[in-house]
Formats: sequence, C-alpha cells, structure tokens
Amino acid sequence: MMDVAFLAEQLSLTVRCGGDRLDREVSGGYVGDLLSNVMAGSGSGDVWITCQTHQNIVAVSVLKEHAGIILTQGREPDADTVERASQEGIPILVTGLSGFETAGRIYALMHP
Amino acid sequence: MTLREIADLLDAKVLVGGDHLDIEVKTAFSADLMSDVLAFAKPGSIMITGLTNPQIVRIASIVDNSAILVVRGKIPPEETLALAEELDIPVLSTRYILFETSGRLYANGIVGCVRKIEGPESVVPL
Amino acid sequence: MTQECECSFPVEGERFDQAGKVSVEVKKALRKVGVPDDILRRAAIATYESEVNIISYAVHGTVNLQVTGDHIVLDIQDIGPGIDNIEQAMEQGYSTANDRIREMGFGAGMGLFNIKNCSDTFEISSEQGKGTHLRILINR
Repeated sequence: MMDVAFLAEQLSLTVRCGGDRLDREVSGGYVGDLLSNVMAGSGSGDVWITCQTHQNIVAVSVLKEHAGIILTQGREPDADTVERASQEGIPILVTGLSGFETAGRIYALMHP
Repeated sequence: MTLREIADLLDAKVLVGGDHLDIEVKTAFSADLMSDVLAFAKPGSIMITGLTNPQIVRIASIVDNSAILVVRGKIPPEETLALAEELDIPVLSTRYILFETSGRLYANGIVGCVRKIEGPESVVPL
Repeated sequence: MTQECECSFPVEGERFDQAGKVSVEVKKALRKVGVPDDILRRAAIATYESEVNIISYAVHGTVNLQVTGDHIVLDIQDIGPGIDNIEQAMEQGYSTANDRIREMGFGAGMGLFNIKNCSDTFEISSEQGKGTHLRILINR
C-alpha cells in the first residue's frame, strides 16, 4: 500500500504541513486546477496535483477525501491555506517539478 | 512519439488536424491555468488541458504548441475547433483524466518542459 | 521588407471570450516586419498577459505597439481600479482573481511576473481608482 510518505520520499517532496498525517493511503492521482472539475472528477484517496495555492483547495480536499495535495512548479501554499490544512489534517507537499513530470512519476510508481 | 501514436495510446479522437498526425512530439505541458503555459511551455510541446474555451487555441498559437490534447472526455465547442482550424493547430480529445494521460505519455518517453523550479525566481529549463 | 510598424489595439473589460485576440494580432504584425521567433514569442506573451489583466480587472484598455529597427515597445494603458500593491502583484502566484475568473483558466497569478520575464525593460505605474500603465521594451 502506498502512502503519502512514500511519495514524498520517492519524489523528494517537501512537506509544508500535515507532517503527522503522511500515513494517509494513496489509491490514485488527480491533476487539475479548476476546482469545480476537481470536485466532480477526483476521488477518495487521490493525491491531488495542482498549482492552485489559495485556501479553497483545502475545502475541496476535505470534501473529496484526498490523501494529500502536491503543489507543483515551485508554488507555495498561502499562509491561510497552511493553517486550514493543518487544522483539517490534510498534508500539503511542494515540488519544483512540473505537473506533467509529477504526475508521470507518481503514475510510474503506481504502475511498476 | 508522433501525434498518431499519442492518439492511439490514449484512444483519442482527432477533432482538428487529421492531416498532421505525423508531427513528432517530445515534450508536454499540462495545465488548466493558461498563464502557466505561457511561462513554461516549450515550442513544439503538446498542451494537455481540461479547458475547452478558445483561449487554449490562442495560447497554443502564442507559445507554438504542436497540438492540444483535451482530457476528461471533453469535446471543445465549435468556436474553439473553428479557431484551431483557422490557426492550423491539431486538437485531440481523450477520455482519460489528466493524471492518467500524463502518466501514460511519461511512460512512453515524453518529458516535461521544465526540469525543476528551484524557487520563486529561478526556473531550470530543459 | 519594412522593419517598422506602429499600431493600436483596444481591449474591453470583461470580454473573456476575446482574450488573446490582440496577442495573436501582435504576433502577426511582428512576423510581418521580420522579428525573429524567440523575440516574437516574448512580445506575444507579454501582450497576452496584459490583455487578460485588462479583461479581468479593468474597464477598458489599449495596447500600443511600436516597432523600430532596434526595439519593440508595448505601451499599455487601462482605465480601471488600478493595483493596490504593485510589489505584491508582481509576485509569482499572487492573484486577486475570483473563483469565476479561475474557473475559466485565468488567475494563476503569473501575469505581471510573466510580463517582466519577457521584457528587457519593464515599467509599471498605477493609480487607484484611475488605472494602470505598463511600458514593455524588448530589444530586437
């Protein structure tokens, strides 16, 4: 079973909050920046790969029961995003990789 | 990979540019936010997006994407396709989600446009 | 081949359906006067981001393009609320876009950052309640 900690290690992701919830199980991935689409298309256990940094992303993750959020392209979460995510127990990790590269590598880990 | 091979791999419909399927594609950029495409996409890369408005065609024209691949089973409206015809940019549509699409292309040797962004001020291009 | 040109393009606020039209025209105009591809792309990107800013936030704006043998100058003026904090607005990822704007694929917060990156010199000034002025210079 794959968890967020495993992805963090494999992709050298940096944890910005939710470090105590890295044991959340990852069953899939979802890439998207349009919140309404992520609400419609993503599922429970997905790791959400996005470059949106505002606090609304936390509400979406909580509602859809995502395993965590990975911000790509060097993006950093807003301060209030970090605060909300910490309260809700949603790990947010960051990477300098593009969305395509991040998705590609995680997909490869899921389909060895 | 050629556009034809990409279409086959992703079971994609070719909506515009059926005569351009021999175009060779080496890089890809996925985004729902168009400014990111402007900032990072390389000429010749394929744009992978869930957006279907005519914006995507204008952006593709500005950054010289080789083609547009729309995901999540979306079919762009007539005005988008008409603009793509006018600007001669192939448009494909796949039912796979962006994550799956990126994963499959990556597994077949397509690479991203940017190696890594080290911090707010620096971008390491490929 | 004429190396120079001068033209002006209006941009209407809220017209998201038109976003990018001026950039495509600018690209055509630059290609006509023999500007090489990499420079052309920078000018088109800078124009695009300016266009989208006017559409997203202003009431009306004008993109003035001037090409000489040495430079491309984009002088862009809008009428609108202006920018509260220019330094903050220049930060990568900082955006005041609302959800509606984001759902259309805009509002990534990269606009002014992208424009600056594409320019050789970049000047911006803004007056709250009046509007914003950009002057972008790209060396040929």
